[in-house]
Amino acid sequence: MRYVTALTLGSRMISPVSDNQPLLRVENLCIAIQNAGQLQPVVRDLSFEVQASQTLGIVGESGSGKSLTVLAIMGLLSGSPVRVTSGKVWFDGKDLLQLSDAERRSIMGDGMSMIFQEPMTSLNPVYKIGDQIMEGIRHHQHCSAKEARTRALQLLEKVKIPDASTRIDHYPHQLSGGQRQRVMIAMALACDPLLLIADEPTTALDVTVQKEVLDLIAEIQQDTGTAIILISHDLGVIAQTCNFVAVMYCGEIVESSTTEKLFQRLGHPYTRGLIESIPPLHSDVEWLNAIPGQVPALNALPVGCSYQPRCSHAQAQCRQNPPVALLDDEHIVRCHFAQQLQGRAS
Amino acid sequence: MIAYTFKRLLTLVPTLLAASVLVFLFIHLIPGDPAAILLGDTATPEEILALTRELGLDRPLWQQYVLWFKNVLSGDLGRSLFFDTPVLQVIADGAETSILLALLTMFWIVILGIPIGIVSASYKGTWIDQVTSGFAMLFASIPTFWLGLYLILIFSVGLGWLPSSGFPSVSDEGGWTNMRYLILPSLTLAAPNAALIIRLVRSSMLDVSREDHVRTARSKGLHPARVAIKHVFRNALIAVAAAFGFTFAALISEAVVTETVFSLPGIGRLVVQSILRRDYPVIQGVILIIVVLYMFVNLLVDLAYAWLDPRVSLS
Ligand SMILES: Nc1ncnc2c1ncn2[C@@H]1O[C@H](COP(=O)(O)OP(=O)(O)OP(=O)(O)O)[C@@H](O)[C@H]1O
Ligand SMILES: [Mg+2]
Repeated sequence: MRYVTALTLGSRMISPVSDNQPLLRVENLCIAIQNAGQLQPVVRDLSFEVQASQTLGIVGESGSGKSLTVLAIMGLLSGSPVRVTSGKVWFDGKDLLQLSDAERRSIMGDGMSMIFQEPMTSLNPVYKIGDQIMEGIRHHQHCSAKEARTRALQLLEKVKIPDASTRIDHYPHQLSGGQRQRVMIAMALACDPLLLIADEPTTALDVTVQKEVLDLIAEIQQDTGTAIILISHDLGVIAQTCNFVAVMYCGEIVESSTTEKLFQRLGHPYTRGLIESIPPLHSDVEWLNAIPGQVPALNALPVGCSYQPRCSHAQAQCRQNPPVALLDDEHIVRCHFAQQLQGRAS
Repeated sequence: MIAYTFKRLLTLVPTLLAASVLVFLFIHLIPGDPAAILLGDTATPEEILALTRELGLDRPLWQQYVLWFKNVLSGDLGRSLFFDTPVLQVIADGAETSILLALLTMFWIVILGIPIGIVSASYKGTWIDQVTSGFAMLFASIPTFWLGLYLILIFSVGLGWLPSSGFPSVSDEGGWTNMRYLILPSLTLAAPNAALIIRLVRSSMLDVSREDHVRTARSKGLHPARVAIKHVFRNALIAVAAAFGFTFAALISEAVVTETVFSLPGIGRLVVQSILRRDYPVIQGVILIIVVLYMFVNLLVDLAYAWLDPRVSLS
């Protein structure tokens, strides 16, 4: 048994989690978009795990289904044309997809919470930020307004909002983008979640602010032991903050592993392409090694391996059979040539 | 807020000035000689000429205007040509009916428009939404007089539940139960406007519900009804508040028709009759008061707007 340290801020202790039962386990999750009576699959047969107090990074190009995956886990797909068509999402011992709406809501914002990409529009413009933070606290913990306000103030201090006792009564439009994202983080942390999902929390921010916000998330992870899923299309960001990485391409996880092994071995040609397209920091580059070609449209996925049309290693086999996940202890690679390509420079 | 209100009230002055000139000019464009109408068919040309001179109607228009305006500034709207009593008195007589009618109408608009709009948006795409939207569409397009006549046919002539015309003052015998005379007229007047508010509430709520912050609210695990009211409706209300200004303008013109259909002794009917009688001072006075009221309502709407939306600053 492993015990996660008690949270510094909250009243709740995280329950002991046994080693072989992950906090979150996604099994064969399939998501489809309902379009004119037809179901268009977007996320296919996705499986991964997040252990308590671990950080999983999900990386992938735009449109690969990262947001839909976490929205499905959060339970925020209702009201959109997107449906979970099969699979299971185990969280803290419960299959989320089998729960009633009310049971689901009792977990949202409490056991599990989410930070969104757009800090400028993700806060309600007509309420004070303090009230918005207090709302979730009062809803889940049924405490008095005064207690909730004290807690909101603590949270604002924790996310390093300067002059928190004044800011608590400010409206979102009076704050900068970085500050708003800090408020979002405070709001997500309000009920000491076991799992915090951050969907590209820094994409909309200035580079300098990006680093501050990421540092803050890392620090919170250290302090509270909350498990985190961090979505980004920047492998560099993931490398700095996450223990585990899942690389998504066209609605599938093409590679997943511990961060260390992923960068050592570079099992999948797509992961390699992603790394090579990161601009080197200290040299002048004439061009970036962008991956050639484009992400295929969802309704025109290639036969065989979905990355095959853009892959420089593709062989006849890749154009015929979809690769089965190749298992190497904790390292999963969906590529026919994963063994051969490992660690080899392209 | 107070400084802003004061500034807005100051801008009333030039607007009123312009409005009064326009009103004055338009009214004197109405063909027909008030003196001739007052004296009737049997009057001789000499009598008409004498009365015209007595009323000051033979002077140049600008002189008439200056004279009238000077009096207005001192609070005197002149005397009615027809009743031969102060215009203010004539208007005050009709004010009770019109004010009560307006309040009751606003009550219906709010009590019907907002909840039905919220329900319609919350059940978007279901039969509930289709039925409410269908009725809203229907009532928004029915002419006021036609609806009024049908309500009279059904509820007064057919069922005999409600009176079809007139309105005894609430200070007369019967007291506040006399308000029943205003039920049909106010419903007639409210129907098209409530329909507009339903459609506006629905469409603004659907717009707002697509915004990111609503997803944030849902991610807190709040009950959908709470999200709909506290987050979606509260933001949609900003657009709806702005529409109440227009609704008021629409009410004024529709009130003229409604008061005529239901023979209510209100200001709307007074305007129509005064035009027929060429009772210039009364028409001028009423329109002046309506202009002031209209600007006042718009000021209120702007204040409400700033109060509802913290991003709007009054300066
Ligand atoms: N509500 C929706 N209705 C229809 N299609 C949708 C909807 N939401 C997402 N999609 C489609 O599903 C696919 C996956 O979307 P998703 O938002 O998960 O991508 P992503 O990996 O998060 O990309 P990004 O990096 O741009 O955020 C995209 O092709 C997108 O167009
Ligand atoms: Mg996304």
